[in-house]
Amino acid sequence: MTTLEAATDAARDNLIALESEAIHIFREVAGEFDRPVILFSGGKDSTLLLHLAIKAFWPAPVPFPLLHVDTGHNFDEVIEFRDRVVERHGLRLIVAHVQDWIDDGRLTERPDGTRNPLQTQPLLDTITEHKFDAVFGGGRRDEERARAKERIFSLRNAFGQWEPRRQRPELWNLYNGRHRPGEHVRVFPLSNWTEADVWNYIAREGVELPSIYYAHRREVYRRDGMWLTEGPWGGPREDEVVKELTVRYRTVGDGSCTGAVESTAASVADVIAEVQASRLTERGATRADDRLSEAAMEDRKREGYF
Amino acid sequence: MSSLLRLATAGSVDDGKSTLVGRLLYDTKSVLADQLDAVQRASVDRGLSTPDLSLLVDGLRSEREQGITIDVAYRYFATPRRSFVLADTPGHVQYTRNTVTGASTAQLAVLLVDARKGVVEQTRRHAAVLALLGVPRLVLAVNKVDLIGYDEEAFTVIAKEFSAHAASLGYAEGSVLAIPVSALVGDNVAARSENTPWYQGPTLLEHLESVPVAPDPHEAPFRFPVQYVIRPRTPEHPDYRGYAGQIASGTVRPGDEIVVLPQGSRSTVERIDTHDGPLDEAGSGSSVTVVLADELDISRGDLIATAHARPRLTDELTAALCWLSGKELRQGAKVLVKHGTRTVQALVEEITARFDEQTLSTVDSPESLELNDIGSVRLRLSEEIPVDDYAKSPRTGAFLVIDPKDGDTLAAGLVGERFSTLGA
Repeated sequence: MTTLEAATDAARDNLIALESEAIHIFREVAGEFDRPVILFSGGKDSTLLLHLAIKAFWPAPVPFPLLHVDTGHNFDEVIEFRDRVVERHGLRLIVAHVQDWIDDGRLTERPDGTRNPLQTQPLLDTITEHKFDAVFGGGRRDEERARAKERIFSLRNAFGQWEPRRQRPELWNLYNGRHRPGEHVRVFPLSNWTEADVWNYIAREGVELPSIYYAHRREVYRRDGMWLTEGPWGGPREDEVVKELTVRYRTVGDGSCTGAVESTAASVADVIAEVQASRLTERGATRADDRLSEAAMEDRKREGYF
Repeated sequence: MSSLLRLATAGSVDDGKSTLVGRLLYDTKSVLADQLDAVQRASVDRGLSTPDLSLLVDGLRSEREQGITIDVAYRYFATPRRSFVLADTPGHVQYTRNTVTGASTAQLAVLLVDARKGVVEQTRRHAAVLALLGVPRLVLAVNKVDLIGYDEEAFTVIAKEFSAHAASLGYAEGSVLAIPVSALVGDNVAARSENTPWYQGPTLLEHLESVPVAPDPHEAPFRFPVQYVIRPRTPEHPDYRGYAGQIASGTVRPGDEIVVLPQGSRSTVERIDTHDGPLDEAGSGSSVTVVLADELDISRGDLIATAHARPRLTDELTAALCWLSGKELRQGAKVLVKHGTRTVQALVEEITARFDEQTLSTVDSPESLELNDIGSVRLRLSEEIPVDDYAKSPRTGAFLVIDPKDGDTLAAGLVGERFSTLGA
């Protein structure tokens, strides 16, 4: 079957090119910035980010710490995975707990209980406190329309804000990391990756992920068209019926707005087949925070969110 | 055959660029149900009777409000034969700088024209920018052929006029292809059209899938800008010293003789390291770590090159600039030049010429360069840097011009006399 072989070759060559580009970006930041940090949540994109960082500096250790903004609404399996990965690679992890900001009054809990939008201030405060000047994120341009417009090196002003009309042109593979005191640069090494690329690379490299990315039995309830799981974010309410289903997660974020999908995909190969056949994007399928308005992501990014 | 094609779109406003991109995404099944739903909802909200596919691409609030594309968007699609990264660039004259951005890495550009209007000034301007940047292949998509009754003669006239223009910019016959399409109806985009029986060539998608892409001629000399020195100083690797970077051109093998510039010290390649093990050979585009036989003083900003074909070492640059900033450039300006992994100070000694987009001719010794101008300059640098002509080696012939005060990127720079090939 020539078609099938060609497809396999095409996918492999594509992954090699994407890997080289990401490694180039990591080394460029290491060479040009004083205090970079990698945002790490334990999700598949940030796990991939870390995997590529390890490759970029081998045999030396990764020269940056990790930062996790913990909403307090995370999945236990993901936190356990996060800590295990940090331990295995001898990395330094900084955790900004959203709860601390709520406790001392810098943030107020939202009426709808979701803490995802509350991450922005702890993130910006922590960047300022540690004087980070480059912040790696796992954002991909295929995720969302506003992200499709984002540069690989994305300058943020002293308030951490993104100004889409004033983005620097990005030419060839020459990245401009200049910034003034107080400003920082968000860096997206996975910009040119798609969800399919991420999974194909995870398969190729045998990257371990949190178990909830694969099919398992779980008690869930329906809210706003999504299957949510019980947790500290409140739920199920009295009118919400709990069912036990076989599910998995396509994205891993704050538990209050990240839904599970019904799936029997138990292995990486199963997941790749499922993603290829899916008629929904990962965010469209499972992320409530993007549905708030037509330009929800752009608005949050302007405030300083990823 | 390379299986990843980087392409850019270009063309003037309202020629149907966003619709063509939407059609490519739709026909390659790269648009998913929830994205289409969102577009349909937004179209209904705007009082439209049919979905506006441009909303798939125009993601910023102000773009959707104004119904125009402001900034480059990157789109991804794949067929069994190839993966594509598409830089969708705005057509408005004031955003030509985004065409430069999108085209700097493109291996092919799709230029759109409206079949009713043919080749217009903006088509010629964009073709000139693409030629300057050395985009190897062009496709002229003659769009809206349904609106001219699928008239073969009208298409042929446009195709001939464009290929003559492209030839004057230095494009050989085989590197330019004109295709009659209707993005709205889908003629010759992914599916062959029955409405154009007189057209024997490939559909746009067939062409994109099969066009040969030679990113780097095999015989191009080895160039390796050093990004970062890897020195673990760990118990397992106490003495390891490797030079990390991405190969800009050519290939390298263990045993190759190299020279380190600007200092000029020589050595041989002992090993090419990666996390996955050492390599027998590595080529252009690969991110690797090179270990040399001798202990030399090498740091970020140095360039490792083959000893047999060295780049030119100079502190005087003649170069073309695509001026991308609203701040104007005047003679005597002090700027920063980022070339490879080295940033140096530079003085603009002279603006020798400006390319006049209206007449496609040159103006000698202009007062200044302004937003979207293409000009020729002489720069004096604070130190010598190793360069190649952009036409021979784009990666070591390209540089950024940066504002030392606020760090803004001011211009795309191309080493050499490339400018003389434009519209002269």
